[in-house]
Amino acid sequence: MTLLDIKNVNKHFGGLQAVSDVSFAVRKGMIKSVIGPNGAGKTTLFNLISGNLPLGSGTIFFEDRPIHGLRPYQIARQGISRTFQNIKLFPGMTALENVMLGRHTRSRSGFMAGMVPFPATRREENEIKTKSYELLELLEIRQFAQVEATSLAFGQQRAVEFARALASEPQLLLLDEPAAGLNIYETAEIARLITKIQSHGITVLLVEHDMSLVMDISDEIVVLSFGQKIAEDTPSAIQLNKEVIEIYLGGADA
Amino acid sequence: MKAGKYIPVALLALVLIGIQQLTQMTGTVYYLTQMTMTAYYALLVIGLCLVMGYAGQISLGHAGFFAIGGYTSAVLTTYNLTPLLEKGNVLISFMQASGVLVTRQSLYGQTLLSVHPWPACIVALILATAIAFLIGIPVLKLKGHYLAMATLGFGIIIYRVALASEIFGQADGISAVPGFVLLPDLIVSGDFNNRVQNYYIACSTLIIGFLLLQNLIDSRVGRALRAIHGSEEAANAMGVNTTRYKLYTFVLSAVFAALAGILLTHYNGGIGPSEAGIMKSVRYVAIVAIGGMANLWGALTMAAILNFLSLRGMFGSYDDAVFGSILIIIMLFAPNGLLRLPIWQFFKKSPAGK
Repeated sequence: MTLLDIKNVNKHFGGLQAVSDVSFAVRKGMIKSVIGPNGAGKTTLFNLISGNLPLGSGTIFFEDRPIHGLRPYQIARQGISRTFQNIKLFPGMTALENVMLGRHTRSRSGFMAGMVPFPATRREENEIKTKSYELLELLEIRQFAQVEATSLAFGQQRAVEFARALASEPQLLLLDEPAAGLNIYETAEIARLITKIQSHGITVLLVEHDMSLVMDISDEIVVLSFGQKIAEDTPSAIQLNKEVIEIYLGGADA
Repeated sequence: MKAGKYIPVALLALVLIGIQQLTQMTGTVYYLTQMTMTAYYALLVIGLCLVMGYAGQISLGHAGFFAIGGYTSAVLTTYNLTPLLEKGNVLISFMQASGVLVTRQSLYGQTLLSVHPWPACIVALILATAIAFLIGIPVLKLKGHYLAMATLGFGIIIYRVALASEIFGQADGISAVPGFVLLPDLIVSGDFNNRVQNYYIACSTLIIGFLLLQNLIDSRVGRALRAIHGSEEAANAMGVNTTRYKLYTFVLSAVFAALAGILLTHYNGGIGPSEAGIMKSVRYVAIVAIGGMANLWGALTMAAILNFLSLRGMFGSYDDAVFGSILIIIMLFAPNGLLRLPIWQFFKKSPAGK
């Protein structure tokens, strides 16, 4: 079953065609990766899906509902959650509080309930906390719950960001270069966490640079180059794809 | 949530009662007048603290909301409606029939018919809310300096309108504003016999306001506000409607400012254009800054100390200069507020590690 359907998506910045007529689909339950050299339009594509950038043209459907044109917070409410390449945790908040914020779409207390907390509000707050602890547990960072999130090691910050993204119980998790800035051990650790997340029934779409991560965990790979999709296949087939090898290794000179 | 956070508030209430007792014993009851006024200004400051410290937005126009509250209530409770009633105005007779009007004697024995302070207060709050929405929707799209400039512009407009309009008494402001009868025997007014009562009314209002904001900061909404402050993009991606949260916070703080304006106007028995002045807005921003921005207790403490000193005339004619200097010095040397200067670390014995 198709969860996310991207059709003929275009985006240009001035004269630069960052994403050019890209189409692909993400089926439920899989890990799908988008790879490509620097400047291939991966992150732009990502920001188009999450609503951080307005679409030039084309359509994006999530569970057969159009999501193009929605604001990021509306897309989040549909069940799509994301992380950022340059980790965007909230400074001055503990790891736990960061994850609790991720629960925003699954809770409802407003300004009035916040100022005059009735039992129902407190119950909701406790539920948020319980669920957030569960996620910290899942990502194996429970011991850092009360530590200010931005003071953690980079790999741990990534895990907090994962937990925050998962707190909204998304159907689809978008990971923007989850291995960026990590060493090989931390990358292996992140790969393990991503498969763990997938085993909980969450579909993952990730954009990545790091080949080892992508080849190990992906079910399918989309290759972008200069904004265009040049291949879409399983990891083993991609490794043998001539065109892909060319763009990565420099073509005829290699 | 944690019951522990109410203990400091209870202590604060005890301190406030202690102060009143102390003035009684030492025969310095006159201090209570400035303390009452201080409490109302502090109400505005903690509201602004929510906007600046927690939601990370700036407003250089909060004296404007204070003035909107104060002036609206002052006009409604002093404007003599008798001539209109005599002309047979249907609306006025309807208002009289429904009991929102009161008659009283002026100083010269003339009978005045005007709006009762309760409906006047409600109208003033509604007006302040509406204006905060109208201003907030376009202005909060701006960030940083641009937001500061836009809110500054709003403040200047309110000041100029107050100064130019006949109905607002121009440079003289509005005087002879009657007391605000909250309940029978509970009157917000500057009457000497009511001094102790008014001190407690003001302190209770402030404490209630403080508790509401403290709860809010600890709630789901408060978390969202701090998240917006930290990274608006990430907050948005997590499903927080950042535009709406910023707007509601702005409006809430405007309501706090307007309520402070209403109560202080009835307490002082009048309001003048200086209350809407830019330097007042700068003063409030300076107090929030010196209190440490995202620190409700800091804002409250600093608002209490600085407003009291200012109202007692400690800064003389240099009043505005003092607050301007405070703002500059704080920004340069203690951007995290006076209460978070490293010097305090000496007093806190921190256990090894963390």
